[in-house]
Amino acid sequence: MKEIIKTKDLCFSYFEYSDNDNVNQAKIDVHALVDINLTVNEGEYLAILGHNGSGKSTLAKLLNLILTPQRGNIFIDGQDITKPDLTEDELFDVRRKVGMVFQNPDNQLVATIVEEDVAFGPENLGLPREEIRRRVNFALNTVGMSEYSGHAPHKLSGGQKQRVAIAGVLAMKPKVIIFDESTAMLDPRGRKEVVDIMEKLNREESITIINITHYMEEAARADRVIVINDGKLIMDGTAKEVFSHVDELHSIGLESPQGRELINELNKAGLNIDTDALNEDECTEAILNKLKAI
Amino acid sequence: MISDITLGQFFPGFSPIHKLDPRTKIILTTLFIIEVFLADTPLLLALMLLTTVIMIGVSRISFAVVLRGIKPIFFIIIFTAFFNIFMTKGQGEPLVHFKIITIYKEGIIRAVFMGLRVIILILGTSILLTYTTSPISLTDGLEILFKPLKKIGIPVHLFSMMMTIALRFIPTLIEETEKIMNAQKSRGADFSQGGLIKRVKALIPILVPLLVSSFKRAEELATAMEARCYRGDKNRTKLVKLTYKPLDFLWFAMAVLLFGGIIALRILPGHISPDSLIYDILFYKV
Repeated sequence: MKEIIKTKDLCFSYFEYSDNDNVNQAKIDVHALVDINLTVNEGEYLAILGHNGSGKSTLAKLLNLILTPQRGNIFIDGQDITKPDLTEDELFDVRRKVGMVFQNPDNQLVATIVEEDVAFGPENLGLPREEIRRRVNFALNTVGMSEYSGHAPHKLSGGQKQRVAIAGVLAMKPKVIIFDESTAMLDPRGRKEVVDIMEKLNREESITIINITHYMEEAARADRVIVINDGKLIMDGTAKEVFSHVDELHSIGLESPQGRELINELNKAGLNIDTDALNEDECTEAILNKLKAI
Repeated sequence: MISDITLGQFFPGFSPIHKLDPRTKIILTTLFIIEVFLADTPLLLALMLLTTVIMIGVSRISFAVVLRGIKPIFFIIIFTAFFNIFMTKGQGEPLVHFKIITIYKEGIIRAVFMGLRVIILILGTSILLTYTTSPISLTDGLEILFKPLKKIGIPVHLFSMMMTIALRFIPTLIEETEKIMNAQKSRGADFSQGGLIKRVKALIPILVPLLVSSFKRAEELATAMEARCYRGDKNRTKLVKLTYKPLDFLWFAMAVLLFGGIIALRILPGHISPDSLIYDILFYKV
């Protein structure tokens, strides 16, 4: 398998002024990320977990150079994007390869018409008109928003807006799409729409998906889960492996998916359900089987 | 609901005016304004009035709606008319002479003339441009028309991008204003009572959070645009290309014809005997 993203001893810190002293504002060095070594293979479906301020969004913003790391290297598709002599064209090539969908659907749509917004990325790439048209149609079709191509974005629901934002990234033909808490502001229905599209893009278009989230149910659907706490990468494995470290997750303020939590509680009460189930259906079945057996 | 307000008074439709290229409409509007100012005789003014009425008919926007557009400038029309009536000195006997007030026949004619001129100007430009062109295609048209200004260092693309983003965010910000107002109302704020000062003061708790969130939005939007490879108009192409169609050329031809006619009617007076009745009818100078 080909490595699409590789980070080596990646560090990022920023200055913050302390609030309590207005006269001599002390500069505090905040270490957002410390020595992150992460390798993501092409076609992977990865979830990044961590509570607020853990550094997970910072990591995402480093991968397409919206932020620049102080130390360490990032390799995208084999190319070192942290080298000092990176040209502007190379920078924009990185941003084309690593697309990003943000949290607030309202604050990432630029144009007043859906299809013109989807065209924004390809327009910036300087593609010929016919190619832009082809990509816009393809992208809107993939996210199931073709019938809304002439609509105004502000009349769409949150989930629909987020799908348009995904189409906008998709139209640039990225290799990786990073979802930076893209479902956080959506209702359950919108959330499902977006996660379904993530999986569809991963399976059908073999795009590498990185979903940064604090919904455990979403993370459980990914092939691989990594956990970041206080700027350090502390867990890395399949969803089932990661969520089996119950106490460790609890100690850093994270939980397992609700079904899993219920089984853990039942086990504590002495039920001894032996399963690594994560999603609702599997958990229901495991509990049901145990109850029948009693 | 404040979100019901229409933006730029655009009435969507499929009339021949709606279908015109925005660049055509911008050029024709400019021409129309020049024509109205060249029209200095009743005949020419009548010609412009007729043109305007025909355009309103073609646009399929109801006369009542169009006339409502004059309301905001009604005061200006009355004001100019008022000054023209009392300030114009004419020859011969004044119609009214009462203490310091003297009104001449010429003053009244001039007032009517000026009033009509302003009305035609407003009606014509709004029918040609604001009522029938969506703000976004207007922006596109302006960007292309002003492109030559790039050579002297004016960032035309940036202005048009700012316009587009402003238009995109107006509904979003209106929605947010409503949310904030409702939040304040639910905690007992009162926006509809009290004097002017009290009402303006009541707006502060709305404007401050709105401003703060606008800055936050702007920052997030800038990041999102950067992530989508935006770098100004450098190496940038467009999905939609504006093209002139036969209809545009037809309108251009008609506009040129009208313009030529007006010029002719302005030059002609020198070639007709000033004593004839026709001269008086055609070229009454105001």
